[in-house]
Amino acid sequence: MDITRRRLLVLLPAAAVAWKYVLAGTPELSPNYKLTEHWWTMLIDIPKCIGCGSCVRACAEENDVPDGFYRTWIERYHVADWRLERPEVESPNGGKQGFPPNQDAGGKNFFVPKLCNHCADSPCTQVCPVGATFVTPDGVVLVDKNYCLGCRYCVQACPYGCRFINPRTKTAEKCSLCYHRINKGLTTACCEVCPTGARQLADLKNPKDPIHEFLRTHSVQVLKPHMATGAKVFYNGMDGSVR
Amino acid sequence: MIALFAFVILRAAVVPASFGQYGHYRGAAIAETAARPIAFAGHDACEACHTDVVEQKKQGRHVVIACEACHGPLAKHADDPSSVTPPKLDTAILCARCHEANSAKPKGFPQVVTADHSGGIACDTCHQPHRPKIQTSTNETKTETKAEVEKKTEGKK
Amino acid sequence: MYPNEVELQWSVLIVLYPFITGLVAGAFILASLERVFRVEAVKPTYRLALLTALAFLLVAPLPLQLHLGHPERSLEMYLTPHRSSAMAMFGFVYLWYLMAVLLLEIWLDYRRDIVVKSQTTTGAARLVYRALTLGSSNLSERSLRIDERLGYFITVIGIPSAFLLHGYVGFIFGSVKANPWWSSPLMPIVFIFSAMVSGIAAVMLLYMLSTRLRGREIDIRCLDKIAQYLFYTFVIDFSLEMLDLLQRIYEADESFRSLDFMVHTRLWKSQVIVQILLGTVTPIALLGLAQILKLTDTVRKRIYGLAGCLTVVGIFAMRWNVVIGGQLFSKSFLGYTTYKMSFATREGMLTAIALMILPFGILWVLVKLLPPWPDAAIPAAGATPAHGTS
Repeated sequence: MDITRRRLLVLLPAAAVAWKYVLAGTPELSPNYKLTEHWWTMLIDIPKCIGCGSCVRACAEENDVPDGFYRTWIERYHVADWRLERPEVESPNGGKQGFPPNQDAGGKNFFVPKLCNHCADSPCTQVCPVGATFVTPDGVVLVDKNYCLGCRYCVQACPYGCRFINPRTKTAEKCSLCYHRINKGLTTACCEVCPTGARQLADLKNPKDPIHEFLRTHSVQVLKPHMATGAKVFYNGMDGSVR
Repeated sequence: MIALFAFVILRAAVVPASFGQYGHYRGAAIAETAARPIAFAGHDACEACHTDVVEQKKQGRHVVIACEACHGPLAKHADDPSSVTPPKLDTAILCARCHEANSAKPKGFPQVVTADHSGGIACDTCHQPHRPKIQTSTNETKTETKAEVEKKTEGKK
Repeated sequence: MYPNEVELQWSVLIVLYPFITGLVAGAFILASLERVFRVEAVKPTYRLALLTALAFLLVAPLPLQLHLGHPERSLEMYLTPHRSSAMAMFGFVYLWYLMAVLLLEIWLDYRRDIVVKSQTTTGAARLVYRALTLGSSNLSERSLRIDERLGYFITVIGIPSAFLLHGYVGFIFGSVKANPWWSSPLMPIVFIFSAMVSGIAAVMLLYMLSTRLRGREIDIRCLDKIAQYLFYTFVIDFSLEMLDLLQRIYEADESFRSLDFMVHTRLWKSQVIVQILLGTVTPIALLGLAQILKLTDTVRKRIYGLAGCLTVVGIFAMRWNVVIGGQLFSKSFLGYTTYKMSFATREGMLTAIALMILPFGILWVLVKLLPPWPDAAIPAAGATPAHGTS
């Protein structure tokens, strides 16, 4: 066959596209797991949290989180009086080794575990210039570390401070809701090790999930509702001082 | 014109195949993320073999605590028990993380000032971690289900 | 402080970037004053302003590339741009401005000179000029008139494009609802006006410096006119920034306490002293005096020089205070961190200094290749003097 210029112009793009598909060999999700049948979230029960730090340690082990960065962390609040917008908050090493014993300082004291809120209207997804961070069809906000440029715009856009740049991969990273566990019937690492059940994974699309009953019978909040992020991590018993 | 054409060719060649599959991202990233190795086996995996510990835990409050909360990630051990031996834990540090008294912990939660309570000796000198309540002659052997313990401790501040 | 917030995300390189694109937009607006609004007095700086804009625009992507975790993936922004992301769309705005506006306008304005030079020079220079002609060598009356009309048209498009270029940078910050220091509808406007101020001041200083280096006489009328435009633009810019400040203080929303404390402590030197007092109030006062009082040419030149330098420093401080200032406080409004600028790393001070010097190097090359001086114009036999000469 003569390689004329016209033929080449047709063949080349076709070959390029075909070659790409040849090269792409993608791992498969478990065959029984249908993306559209789940809508993952988490429920945090603040009165139950004892600030032991097990969740922070477990997350770091499960997800290979570098030192000094946190996919989840715990904050201890001390609210002295009526000024709810001025609590004293500390988070020594993210609460990873628990919290040092303290004198009873009066006022109101409690722990608040925090993580990525897997927002339905996620501002971090909105600002990513290339589509390296995204909301999956089953409601989890993930980062594609093979596509991320490391421009840090998403870290700036997250109102909750849950994102960071991994110094090893130089890409954005955050809580993935242990995506590699939850679609195999396991729970997240943090929920697995929580001794008091303060953290519970929930699937809003599962009619049998206890979260539906819980949301009906308890007063719950999300963090920073005025940001209208569609945050999906629900906090039971959260005080107005929580920032 | 040529530049535009060249750009289209370049784009078709370089943009990953699965891009746009579910939205503006590489669809393959979902499966890639799901393919991470697992570190924590989950308590169901432990309970399959260690039934004696399960029975012991059922008699105390620690029935609600997952094995790996204290013993650390042991998926490798669950996959091949003989290849990985879980390390012995130092109870002096481990137990204090939950049970050291702190003003921010819920009031109903069992907490002590370890310096006063034990003078710093290892907790498992007196307490058996899988069944922490110290056994006296008046204790009955009682089994509680996880749900019952949760109900007892719910809402305690 | 959220534990992940301790380390700053955007370094001094990201301070440089709006500064550089600001100079581009400002220089272009100055050039357009002459071309579109027929302000004859500033003609001597027309071509210099365009070349300055080009020199800085070519350097503008460099701080971004050096800052990325994976610069080799930066092409993804053009291949799979996320349409909801201001940063992604900016890539196209930049490309449009570079290719369709600036390069085209410069080529059209210089085309006659390039063609003449391609015929009169020898050796390597001849090859360069031949390449620059892009194949066109028609110097007839008609084609020169087409150049003129097309150039005018492109400048007309160029003015909103310049506003779009730098307004977009303002929007990249102003649209981040998570950060109250940035999030404001005023941000793109403030950025545009401060860009104009810095660009006009930069071209003014470059004109004064280059004329002095060439041992020529400064056109004082031109300088007076530029200083006048600088003064007016500065007054508008200052009013906008003060408006933002006053509104913040008055409304005193949740973020105010935290931001107020930050300005009084960590940003005191860079914002109140350098940006506001030295970099805005002083140059405005100096330029205002030059407008009101009858001063000698020498005194006026000195004032313009001083005001210009202070202005450029002040606008850099403004970029610093926006970018770095926006990351010094916690989004919980309950803590602060510090910026530890490194020296000899990829995002350190040395790199920043090098990136600021580089545009001047490029400008030097451009000036040698395409002299912008009014008295370096090439007369053509029979043709009416082309635009850009005086």
